[in-house]
Amino acid sequence: MKTKNAAAGKSPPHDSAVLHATGEARYIDDIPLPANALHAAIGISQCAHAEFKTNLAPVRASPGVVAVAAAADIPGKNEIAPVRPGDPLFAEKTVHYAGQCIFAVAAADEKSARRAAQKAKITYREKPAVLTMEDALRKKSFLIPEKDFFRLRRGDAKKEITRAPHRLRGEVRCGAQEHFYLEGQAAAALPQEGGDMLIYSSTQHPAEIQKLAADVLGIAMHNVVVQTRRIGGGFGGKETQAALAACAAAVLAQKTGRAVKLRLPRAEDFAVTGKRHPFLGKYLAGFDKNGKILGAQITLAADCGMSADLSHAIIRRAVLHAHNAYYYPAADITGIPCKTNKASNTAFRGFGGPQGMLLAEKMITDIARFLGRDALAVRRANFIADGQRTPYGQIVHKPPLADIAGALARNASYAAKKKAAEKFNKENKTRKRGVALTPVKFGISFTTKFLNQAGALLQIYRDGTVALNHGGTEMGQGLFIKIAQIAASVFGVPLDCIRCQPTNTARVPNASATAASSGADLNGMAAQNAAMQLRARIAATAARHWKCAADTIVFSEGTLRCGKRAMSFAQAADIAHRARVSLSAAGFYRTPKIHFDEKTARGSPFYYFACGAALVCCEINLHTGEHRLLSADILHETGSSINPAMDLGQIEGGFAQGWGWLSCEEICRNEKGALTTTGPATYKIPTAGDMPPHFRVRLWKKPNAAKTVLRSKAVGEPPLMLALAGWCALADAIHSANGDAKNLNAPATPEQVLSTLPELN
Amino acid sequence: MRVQMTVNGKAVSGEVAPETLLAQFLRENLRLTGTHIGCDTSQCGACVVLCGGKSVKSCTMLAAQAEGADITTIEGMESPGGELHPLQEAFRQNHGLQCGFCTPGMVMSAADLLRQNPSPSEEEIRHWLEGNICRCTGYHNIVKAVQAVAAAK
Repeated sequence: MKTKNAAAGKSPPHDSAVLHATGEARYIDDIPLPANALHAAIGISQCAHAEFKTNLAPVRASPGVVAVAAAADIPGKNEIAPVRPGDPLFAEKTVHYAGQCIFAVAAADEKSARRAAQKAKITYREKPAVLTMEDALRKKSFLIPEKDFFRLRRGDAKKEITRAPHRLRGEVRCGAQEHFYLEGQAAAALPQEGGDMLIYSSTQHPAEIQKLAADVLGIAMHNVVVQTRRIGGGFGGKETQAALAACAAAVLAQKTGRAVKLRLPRAEDFAVTGKRHPFLGKYLAGFDKNGKILGAQITLAADCGMSADLSHAIIRRAVLHAHNAYYYPAADITGIPCKTNKASNTAFRGFGGPQGMLLAEKMITDIARFLGRDALAVRRANFIADGQRTPYGQIVHKPPLADIAGALARNASYAAKKKAAEKFNKENKTRKRGVALTPVKFGISFTTKFLNQAGALLQIYRDGTVALNHGGTEMGQGLFIKIAQIAASVFGVPLDCIRCQPTNTARVPNASATAASSGADLNGMAAQNAAMQLRARIAATAARHWKCAADTIVFSEGTLRCGKRAMSFAQAADIAHRARVSLSAAGFYRTPKIHFDEKTARGSPFYYFACGAALVCCEINLHTGEHRLLSADILHETGSSINPAMDLGQIEGGFAQGWGWLSCEEICRNEKGALTTTGPATYKIPTAGDMPPHFRVRLWKKPNAAKTVLRSKAVGEPPLMLALAGWCALADAIHSANGDAKNLNAPATPEQVLSTLPELN
Repeated sequence: MRVQMTVNGKAVSGEVAPETLLAQFLRENLRLTGTHIGCDTSQCGACVVLCGGKSVKSCTMLAAQAEGADITTIEGMESPGGELHPLQEAFRQNHGLQCGFCTPGMVMSAADLLRQNPSPSEEEIRHWLEGNICRCTGYHNIVKAVQAVAAAK
């Protein structure tokens, strides 16, 4: 059998586009709840590190309050950590960061709950707090002993650096980044009969919410159902961080026997949840006269906050990406997990990759400056080539880096842009322009092997419509429409024949988080697998009906055909049902070939790499350090794109988010370690006017050599790192102003840029 | 206190506490949940509605301030026959949405822009939308959607 006129490769709008545009789409706060539902609020620590005592009587006595829950009220485990323990739902005896949740209160309405939460009497006995990475490094405040740090070594880096014609030392810092999903953390818990709990959660990881809620409530996983129809933005911030709202609501719901909704106000959302890890990266590099790197010693210190959360995996990815797209013949790269009294920093689009790659691009920028060579020439001299191995030993097959960089440089006129900037810089004393073209090579797969699996459940009903379930969550990226396209392509039916169901732990069990750019790769394959099983069953049924061979049946445009005979897909489904053929199939997929030994830091953790490049021009004002992007041209790999419009959206949005991280998003704290940036009034993310007036994205659509679903490539995270071109363009402009970009850090706010510039006369 | 106003062409009224925000009144009393609360502090623009045709952030306006006003929310943008407003259709067609949370506010803000300036330049659109934050799209397709409607007028 075969399918014609496939839906894949076209660009239908987002599956919820109409619901989004009409306001009909329901987010957590919009879901109708029973009339007696309660609303919850939380009480949080004001100290970064302290022993504390609570008097919650005033909270209980506050008007409208129905229940209060603190650590002692948790029937099961007081733990919502994803991997290693250390993240209590409610703090016990000691708080480890300002913003840590101490208790939760449920009241008749949201206002009463929030007012009541403010009335808690909490007394603190402060303890010394570690609030900066420098302090952590000085005091050796680490998550694990130094001997266990993740260290990646190839060859004798020290020797190669010593022998190299040139040596250079440098460092770069990058700050925290708030996810700023537009829909804040929110969940609603609805008690069911027999002690079961139904939870609506705005999460990227329903299966983990299910596990954690079961543990916290002291019930089994099969007693908890978590459902997520859509989330109003995630970006990694609702992978582990969604657990607090869900579990606190569940505890209160269990305690009261009533539905409880908890939606964090934005300022609390900022204070309570972890951010992208700040990093301090240092390098010592040896290189030749062309800038070709011969050896590199790198340390990547990460500010993990008060617990492990996902930090070890994030640092691992940072270390594995500290070579970005380049070949280091000898390397010694170490990740340092600093423990500080801050909210536990967490997953954020790129998952350590951006921080590792920033170090690589900084090193190349410094080397080019030192040698007085064009930075792109130095990048090209270092591109990892076909058959070479990454520092961790994975062979890279035909990376399109040189091809993409070459095509982009040609089509977007790198040389002409450089020349124009030089001319502008000669003619202007107070404004300078910079140009940079940087590559991205991002490893695709969870580096934790077992997470690389997915399930799907497809049901065909008697009228020929299809209900599609899989373990992935829709957070705006267009996953649901892509997977619907994949299923429609197998059945040869119109897209509207496929209905995406909310992600639900009762339909597909044990799903991994929708993270690591893996959503379509993993869930798409599982859905395709389920669809193929069903297509084979339907073809066999039709073949019996027509007395023809099943492999001669063609599925196309909602119709099955065999020679001159035809029947609708709906007829075929009905015939199959009457013939007692199961029209429900579970699909499964596990990524082949990947392996990694964490102890030796060797292996092939990635099924493939996704590459791209960006060419960015910027302008800085030497009086103020203010800057703006003039243009951004991007060429990025998507393989055989399942939905080019969705992929373009990911690339454009990823670039904008990366540019925010590198240029304007600055998290600040007071001397006590409490955030002073607690909302968009003080924390600036890019707006429409911050994007370059010329912004052109093109897809590099060569089919994936790895056998991915329809030969597509993952596109969630890699484009974020295209924004590094903007940061390197700033460095270029600073050099043109005789400034010293060796001191440029991220975010490169105007103050930061100004600090690198010489005094103007 | 009692408030009365016109919402999406219908006379409505309700009993509210004096400090009730317009956003809360719309969402909780009228169950018009297409108006979203994103930041609580009137920067993000997810809560934008039209008050007498003019865009306002309903999370910084009291319900009492809207007494007697003519309010349009995202739910009131479709034609009586259920056809999408041209801006809604353009956001869909141009993929000017991803997670969708900012979309209603974007549509309402853009509607006010086009009322005041039927053919804005790209720069004017970008400047106008600076009070509406989108974390997903990079704004490219949002601007395109507004341009598409402006061009069709």
